[in-house]
Amino acid sequence: MDFTININNKSLVASKGETILEVMNRNGIRVPTLCHIKDALPTGACRMCVVEDNKTGKLITSCSFPAEPGMSILTHSPRVVESRKTIIELLLSNHPDDCLYCVRNKNCELQDLSSELHVTERRIRGIKNKANLDLSSASIVRDPEKCILCGRCVYVCEEVMGVACIDFINRGNKSIIGTAFHQGLNTSSCINCGQCIMVCPTGALTEKNHFAQIQEALNNPSKRVVVQYAPSITVSMAEELGMEPGVDINGILNAALRKVGFDHIFDSSFSADLTIMEESAELIHRIQNDGVLPMITSCCPGWVKYAEEFAPDFIPNLSSCKSPQQMMGAIIKSHFAAQENLRPEEIYSVSIMPCTAKKFEAQREEMTREGISDVDAVLTTRELARFLKLFGVDMFNIKPELVDSPLGFRSTAGKLFGASGGVMEAAIRTAYRTLTGKEMVEFQVPALRGFEGRKETKININGLELGVAVVNGMTNAKKLLDEIRAGKNDVHFIEIMACPGGCIGGGGQHIGTSDEQLRTRMQTLYRIDETERIKVSHKNPEIVELYKEFLGKPLGHKSHELLHTHYHQREVVK
Amino acid sequence: MTLVQNVLHKYPDVGHDSLIPILQDIQTAEGYLSKKSILEVGKYLNIPASRIFGVATFYNQFRFEPFGKNHIQVCRGTACHVLGSSTVLQELEKHLKVKAGQTTRDGQFSVEVVACIGACGLAPVICINGEFHAKVTAQSIKEIVDSYKTKGE
Repeated sequence: MDFTININNKSLVASKGETILEVMNRNGIRVPTLCHIKDALPTGACRMCVVEDNKTGKLITSCSFPAEPGMSILTHSPRVVESRKTIIELLLSNHPDDCLYCVRNKNCELQDLSSELHVTERRIRGIKNKANLDLSSASIVRDPEKCILCGRCVYVCEEVMGVACIDFINRGNKSIIGTAFHQGLNTSSCINCGQCIMVCPTGALTEKNHFAQIQEALNNPSKRVVVQYAPSITVSMAEELGMEPGVDINGILNAALRKVGFDHIFDSSFSADLTIMEESAELIHRIQNDGVLPMITSCCPGWVKYAEEFAPDFIPNLSSCKSPQQMMGAIIKSHFAAQENLRPEEIYSVSIMPCTAKKFEAQREEMTREGISDVDAVLTTRELARFLKLFGVDMFNIKPELVDSPLGFRSTAGKLFGASGGVMEAAIRTAYRTLTGKEMVEFQVPALRGFEGRKETKININGLELGVAVVNGMTNAKKLLDEIRAGKNDVHFIEIMACPGGCIGGGGQHIGTSDEQLRTRMQTLYRIDETERIKVSHKNPEIVELYKEFLGKPLGHKSHELLHTHYHQREVVK
Repeated sequence: MTLVQNVLHKYPDVGHDSLIPILQDIQTAEGYLSKKSILEVGKYLNIPASRIFGVATFYNQFRFEPFGKNHIQVCRGTACHVLGSSTVLQELEKHLKVKAGQTTRDGQFSVEVVACIGACGLAPVICINGEFHAKVTAQSIKEIVDSYKTKGE
């Protein structure tokens, strides 16, 4: 049912159940918000979005107040602007004044709002927040001093990720956001997905930085510094560099990384192809030998940690394959090292990932051999952009270059890993070929593409009805797992990605990415898949070569030693 | 059966809304909410530990450390405040190296702030193990507290 309401003396159409904020946003009227998250139940906590109800003279929060017939609203009356300004001034009164030293400088909602509302002098002096940094996590740094208690991280952690490792603690002016018993994040149930960083308006949540170690390695002549970048990096970095969203910067990224001084540049999409070879072989092995089904992907370190903590009954279902990052790391420090006559400790292996959980994964005990980590340092997309700036690389004036070979060539199947559903699609292509000896007629599986939190379909391979499911966002995964516990048995293979949309929406990506931009990134990946020639992992010539020269066959002895691992139940505070 | 199991036994088939009564019962039985019991309640009610900790810290009635051998209540009511109870509390916290609500490491003393113990004529007043001490000052508080320490030993 539609009706009209009056906003700023203009009649606008609203429908029943819509909030005032939604009506305004639809009509291009912008009102600042802080605690508001799209599609989430509004809390009205920060009160930035107040508007004046002309009839009652009251200030109401537009994010939580439903539009009513005959309403008359002023969005920028003097009273409204004044109260918004006061809110910001109060937030700033106990906020540390160290913007110049803050990672989020120039990309901070608090900073933006104070400039938008013309806060130019300190009217309210408060005692500055005092709290200790939480550096305990391998991935995420928490600085409660910079927290403005908007609660967006709490929402994402609980409602989207189903983890709930942080919550509001204490009451009134002593309120903070923290973990249970004020313990470090490392002992909490945090899965390191980094979605809290993505929604944090200030610098209260950031990723753990490894710049110093990487620079030291780059400047150390006795170290060979190699770098790999994840499939989603090339399509998701544009926003961070100020380019058109969705542009594929593959070539110039290679050139830029060479300028920085990395000795070898590899593409994790290559090791994604390798993952597919192993994973599809494992799937077929499980199906033919009555193994544990459904098999669940283990590429996403956020999901793996979630399984270890919250769903240990599904650990036998996890594929034993390492993630592409770790496969590449293992191949670099074994096969590549041998080819180059290097000892593993002479190589410093960096990876560029859209993900904060990869930082955690890289330092896992399972991912080391004889005390040497397969991957030494992980940079997120955001960090890479800052790193390139530090080295003065002008991304707008640079000639594209090719990635290093071998360990650089990829099929488009490996590239698809960047989007939710991509691992599944790539695996189906290779499994089909292994089982039937023929290639698929139509490679694309439209039912597994797109942004839905859960996608399911059946693939017919030579009469074998293969049930597959793709989920992203841990609450969606939890629902599916619950259904399987309750007896759902028509799926054989499940892909789980912790972050909404898959890696293109990962916790290490550009902060402030809109849904529209995420879609563009996904489209770019699909376009690459459409236009390029080699669309299946098993036809990647370098993969074929690697198996011939070094690994033997998928699930072979070498593969087991280097590319497979297993996971254990993890005791955490939850 | 453990203490927490005893309490939970009284709450079969309950939902999230029983959290606070359960926590109250545990505190009555145990004297405080231990980490272990919070985790156990969380498992029972299917509530994340962070949420329970958030709820419990919201209310003044819950404590997270056991009482000390000697329990000190510092009155921060109006009359005591006017006569300087805030400096008394500060001095006490400094002397014992704990904050209000905490217990010293050796388990000797725990400090609690109370709103008014109805002895305004004696302000500023503190109460240790039920014994009242009238007109305490920042100086005398140390001696008073120390006298309990020797008693304990």
